[in-house]
Amino acid sequence: MSHAYGILAEYDTPAAAMAAAQRVRDAGYTRWDVHTPFPVHGMDAAMGMKNSPVGWFTFLGGLSGYTGGMVMIWYMNAYNYEIVVGGKPMFSGFYAFPVCYELTILLGAFGSIIGMLILNRLPRLHHPLLKNMRFATVTHDKFFVVIQCDDHKYNETQTRTLLQTGAKHIEMVEE
Amino acid sequence: MSATSDHTPAYTTTTPAELQRVPLVQNQRSLAWISDKVAGIIEDDAPRWWWYAFIPSFLIATVGFASIGYLITTGVGVWGLNNPVMWGWAIVNFVWWIGIGHAGTLISAILFLLRQKWRTSINRTAEAMTIFAVMCAGIFPAIHVGRVWLVWYPLPIPNANDIWPQFRSPLLWDVFAVSTYFTVSLLFWYMGLIPDLATIRDRLRLQAQHLTGPAAQFINKAKQAVYGFFALGWTGSNRHWSHYEKAYLLLAGLSTPLVLSVHSIVSFDFAVSQVPGWHTTIFPPYFVAGAIFSGFGMVLTLMIPLRSLFKLEEIITERHIELMCKVTLATGSIVGYAYGMEFFIAWYGGNPYELYAFKNRAFGPYWWAYWIMVSCNVISPQFFWFKKIRTNMVAVFVLSIFVNIGMWFERFVIVVTSLHRDFLPSNWGYYSPTLMDVLTYVGTMGFFMTLFLLFIRFLPLIAISEVKGVTPQADPHHELGGAQKEVSH
Repeated sequence: MSHAYGILAEYDTPAAAMAAAQRVRDAGYTRWDVHTPFPVHGMDAAMGMKNSPVGWFTFLGGLSGYTGGMVMIWYMNAYNYEIVVGGKPMFSGFYAFPVCYELTILLGAFGSIIGMLILNRLPRLHHPLLKNMRFATVTHDKFFVVIQCDDHKYNETQTRTLLQTGAKHIEMVEE
Repeated sequence: MSATSDHTPAYTTTTPAELQRVPLVQNQRSLAWISDKVAGIIEDDAPRWWWYAFIPSFLIATVGFASIGYLITTGVGVWGLNNPVMWGWAIVNFVWWIGIGHAGTLISAILFLLRQKWRTSINRTAEAMTIFAVMCAGIFPAIHVGRVWLVWYPLPIPNANDIWPQFRSPLLWDVFAVSTYFTVSLLFWYMGLIPDLATIRDRLRLQAQHLTGPAAQFINKAKQAVYGFFALGWTGSNRHWSHYEKAYLLLAGLSTPLVLSVHSIVSFDFAVSQVPGWHTTIFPPYFVAGAIFSGFGMVLTLMIPLRSLFKLEEIITERHIELMCKVTLATGSIVGYAYGMEFFIAWYGGNPYELYAFKNRAFGPYWWAYWIMVSCNVISPQFFWFKKIRTNMVAVFVLSIFVNIGMWFERFVIVVTSLHRDFLPSNWGYYSPTLMDVLTYVGTMGFFMTLFLLFIRFLPLIAISEVKGVTPQADPHHELGGAQKEVSH
């Protein structure tokens, strides 16, 4: 016997979903989400979300790319096996810079995308919502608000009423 | 799908008529229409013209790879290289292909940072073009080394004598620049694809309900598994979108200095040497502008047939083509200015070798290449000053072909004319390509078209979620997005 995952409410317009999100936010729910076919401008504020910390992953990636590149070039050309080329110095930050610049960008890019995946807990190929057929239009033209049953404020009738305004359809999603 | 072309606008704005912009998606198409239209392209059977394009492209690619096989088994002597021109078509083609890629990154990254919303209709295809162009470019340096099995020497791995690569060489900088460029472009492109792959996955799930017969169901399941795997379980969650958009912005911010650096570093391959005609400080900005110019030429060459063959005129509108023409005009004019400035500096710099190299470029044995370059790159973009020409698709297509030709000749002129008459007149020569040079180059075009045609068959060629996001229906503060009608003041 499967148990309930949460309540799913379907809306036709981004404005209706945003109004519902504001009500859910003001009611103090914590385990809930809005699902939309594209990022809706202003939805983060409507959900009471903070700025995303992905930038820290990018920064760490870029920093390790730059320092790693400098250390690598110094080690290879000035420490481990020195070869004189055209009387140039064995190590100089100038000639090492183009490569380190590229490595900063390379590892910064990996940092951004890996940071995004870690923060989003992706990939996650099995999800209760992905089994729901109605939810399949989330990537098409419908907007959904989902409140999970394990939210401490969750109460089936009250939560349903909260989502009612503007909703086209409300149903329970099973785990 | 209630919105049709005869639909009267349901709202009025207070913006004066002359300041109103042409909408990015015409006829107020609904959100559903956008995904039906774009996903429909890969869900329908391949149109006949697709096969007519794909089969020759594939055959040409095969000939190209066969000629590379002949080169590897025989040696670089099968090419027209000889003293003093030791860099011939391989380097010309490498720089040309890499340059083409630059428009894709400009559209995906720089126009994103500049909040140019029109980029959403073209960025997916342009980024795909970038990736395939860089793949074609990467072939040439790898095969021009002669002993292809030693091509790993520039990687930071010690060779049999424990010697490391030597990072004082701009050729090594180039290895890092180009491989970073390819990797980051691929990451950026794939990240943009995630929500659209989820769209395809969800559509397949909905279609599965109406399928009969085990074969159709099996194919549907297999497609669901593949698209679903690469969609990473995307659910359109706003908590996900928040991190996603931040990461996308950061990738755009990283790709912008990247794209400017890649062709700068390619130009260092020339500028850091002592050869007259190469040793000039103007090269980095001049190469970057030329790269973007040639890339937009290629984007126009690809987009104009694509939008009419797939009937995408409402998403890739005349306005999009016009804006791309304007970028081509701007970068083309920078290139024309650079040609003039090179001559001025050659004269003003007072270096007789430098001055000779430039006189020889325009009036020496390769005068024909120089003047093909000037007519294609300096004269042809100037037609884009006229709106009549910018909105005439046939004229834009023809001019974009001239841009492609002109930019190939620019690289030919830079590489070959600077080398063929060096410091010792007894060393002078005249370089001509061989059949193998031509087959390898044409082969990479076949390879590019093969990859591109496969891309438009199997992946959404327009960023569905991004195009939806720039429509008024997507704006929760717009009446079409469901906002309550405000009382007008």
